Amino acid sequence: MKIVALLLALLCATSTVQAADLTVRDAWARATAGQSKIGSAYLTLKNTGATADRLVSATAPVAGAVELHTSIQDGDVMRMQKLDTIDLAPDATVEFKPSGLHIMLVDVAAPLKQGARFPLTLTFASGQNVTVEVAVMGPGASGPTVTHQH
Amino acid sequence: MSPEAQRGLKRAGLILLIGGGFLAVALGIGWVQTQRSAQTAADTSPVPIGGPFTLMDENGQAVTDQTYRGKWLLVFFGFTHCPDVCPTALNDIALTLDQLGPLAASVQPLFVTVDPERDTPEIVKDYTDAFHPSIVGLTGTPEQIADTAKTYRVYFKKVPQGDTYTMDHSGITYVMAPDGKFAAHFSPRTPIDTMAAKLRGLISGKKS
Repeated sequence: MKIVALLLALLCATSTVQAADLTVRDAWARATAGQSKIGSAYLTLKNTGATADRLVSATAPVAGAVELHTSIQDGDVMRMQKLDTIDLAPDATVEFKPSGLHIMLVDVAAPLKQGARFPLTLTFASGQNVTVEVAVMGPGASGPTVTHQH
Repeated sequence: MSPEAQRGLKRAGLILLIGGGFLAVALGIGWVQTQRSAQTAADTSPVPIGGPFTLMDENGQAVTDQTYRGKWLLVFFGFTHCPDVCPTALNDIALTLDQLGPLAASVQPLFVTVDPERDTPEIVKDYTDAFHPSIVGLTGTPEQIADTAKTYRVYFKKVPQGDTYTMDHSGITYVMAPDGKFAAHFSPRTPIDTMAAKLRGLISGKKS
């Protein structure tokens, strides 16, 4: 029964939001670990239109600031780089996922707990704003699916 | 020159040619063997990764490399203001421990912060416990952290970012044997199955 409930919750978690020419799906975040006030959210963006667009910023009421970042593996060294914008060519799909593109939540006011949800608004160069509901998964989750628990 | 002498010369040439060929092959084998033995020597000689360290554990206790003798160590360097790479690495370690089952009892994962300025014992404890209760967070003075990183040949660098900073750091997980010697290492993004299989082999090899 517990599994069924969990699966149902997951189905709801992977919702899709569609704006004019933009699709945002599978928005999820990791629970903040311990006292950490830093979080990370992931999602899949698709530009379904015929013109290029650009993700320029994001905001979330749960965080003091939201930044666009990417993790780069340089040999065995891991670096984190802040990005000003993320290009979305016509028909392009951009996937935010662990160890790659991520939406960094800075100064998270209250711990993000597994099972919680929060809104995240993405702003594009075209002027479009898309608000998605982000599902909080486990602190080390690797995707918007069943997470490892202790 | 008599035909007989010509035949003799030809034969001598042939013998020289064959002999030279053999010599070349023998030299080649010798060279390969020398290379192999050099490689074997490098494999068996103590690799200077890891060694003595003095740090503070997540409960505020001073610890050294001696504290963890008798356990297989998984040593990872990171920092708690790391939202993407470090949770991934710690979760991989947690899942590896789960795959090991009872063998996990002989493994002690250590998370060494490269950001002692922000990461107090309490902060590293809360952070590591979020991933797996058996992961121990270690911090220390900036000098102790720098010395430990040097011992493990780990690179880290503070990178300013706006009015705050982030850390570049090696994403390697080191496996140290119960006697404190380097046993193996995992690069970032090594599959969990690979890590678990390698550890299982190392641990059971030790027992048999």
